[in-house]
Amino acid sequence: MTLDWSIIREAIPLLAQGVVATVKISVLAIVFGTVAGFLLGLGSFSGLPPIRWFVRSYVDFVRGTPLLVQVFLVYFALPVVGINLSEFWAGVVALSFNAAGFIAEIVRANIEAIDRGQTEAARSIGMTPRQVLVFILLPQIFRPVLPPLTNELITLVKGSSLLSVISVYELTRAGQAIISVHFVPFEIYALIALYYYVLISALAWLSRALERRLHVA
Amino acid sequence: MAPTLLKIEGLTKRFGDRVAVAGCSLTIAEGEIVVIIGPSGCGKTTFLRCINRLEAPTAGSVVLRDEPIGGQMRDGRWRPFTESELASQRRRIGFVFQRFNLFNHLSALDNVAIGPHRVLGRPLAEARRIAAGQLERVFLAEHLEKRPAQLSGGQQQRVAIARCLAMTPELIGGILEEMKKLAESGMTMIVVTHEMGFAREVGDRLLFMDGGRIVEEGGARDVLAAPQNSRTQEFLRAIL
Repeated sequence: MTLDWSIIREAIPLLAQGVVATVKISVLAIVFGTVAGFLLGLGSFSGLPPIRWFVRSYVDFVRGTPLLVQVFLVYFALPVVGINLSEFWAGVVALSFNAAGFIAEIVRANIEAIDRGQTEAARSIGMTPRQVLVFILLPQIFRPVLPPLTNELITLVKGSSLLSVISVYELTRAGQAIISVHFVPFEIYALIALYYYVLISALAWLSRALERRLHVA
Repeated sequence: MAPTLLKIEGLTKRFGDRVAVAGCSLTIAEGEIVVIIGPSGCGKTTFLRCINRLEAPTAGSVVLRDEPIGGQMRDGRWRPFTESELASQRRRIGFVFQRFNLFNHLSALDNVAIGPHRVLGRPLAEARRIAAGQLERVFLAEHLEKRPAQLSGGQQQRVAIARCLAMTPELIGGILEEMKKLAESGMTMIVVTHEMGFAREVGDRLLFMDGGRIVEEGGARDVLAAPQNSRTQEFLRAIL
């Protein structure tokens, strides 16, 4: 088998444009998804039953339906109710929405894993349930939450490739465009895989560095 | 006779079919030190936990000075407090835990300061001054910046006491040995202990519990020297 090196040389800068879009979308979705996920996760300890039910059904829905379907729902269903988003923002919303559900579960599980004695001691000095959550429990999960959170964020970056189906010009879509012109699927997909691998390695490296810093602190 | 600080009547706690505390009553005067002894599983810890509503009692009442703990009468009906309302009552009754339960993510200083700061609303700098003062009293002035994991068991226990005292409670419940100093300070206390020496030395009154009931009650020295109830006699013979 021979590789078409001239195409590869040409594709590297073309795909780099796609990488920029993938990074933009991923960073936005990581920020929104993590913030929303933490809020939802804390919401599952709310004293108000409607909030707990909302979180429960949100998580159930996200876990119970494929990401691809969620992307289509955001892209095709939202205009029906009058919300028109560009492909880019529809993609960011869909990925954030999806990640938030899984992150909420990670946050909930890690808070529940903290020794009950911490909560009792905090209650005994007169803290309200909200104060216990914010000042005692939440600060203790930042480190243990990092590895599962990193896994979820890696899934998110990979999931951004699905946005090619709604014509977001991200890495996968950029590659498909080259393939449709030159018909060199193996070279291009190999190159796409390499780009994703580098992106995700960078993310994993960041996470480990953060984990080390939190460990020392 | 000092005025009554705490009045407990008919306190009962059931976990499903199991009766952990079966109708216990107790009146404590200001400055009094009540020691509770009894075999493990006799309900003494649950009794203590019910007093500041870490467990909600199934029946009975707890009144601190004139204020019922855990709820209030309104229109002739008992209305239990929400968790947030309970919080402000709880801080009046200190509690020191058997396993200390220090906040793992905070230094010794901040373990003590977080209550005055977050619950009593003192500025952080002032809360830390209060905390440092309390930790000095329990001889931990050199360990302010250490995390709980870096402290010995006895040191952790003293941080727990300081954390409790920083809230200036009117009454302290606890399960501990390092409370002798505290006892000398005139603080009203209910102490669950297995150390009879401690009970004899600092206790004004002693309760012996068994099977969820207060079986015997009297002056600490008297009960330890000459227990009247056969189960108290048996228990003391077994552990002394």
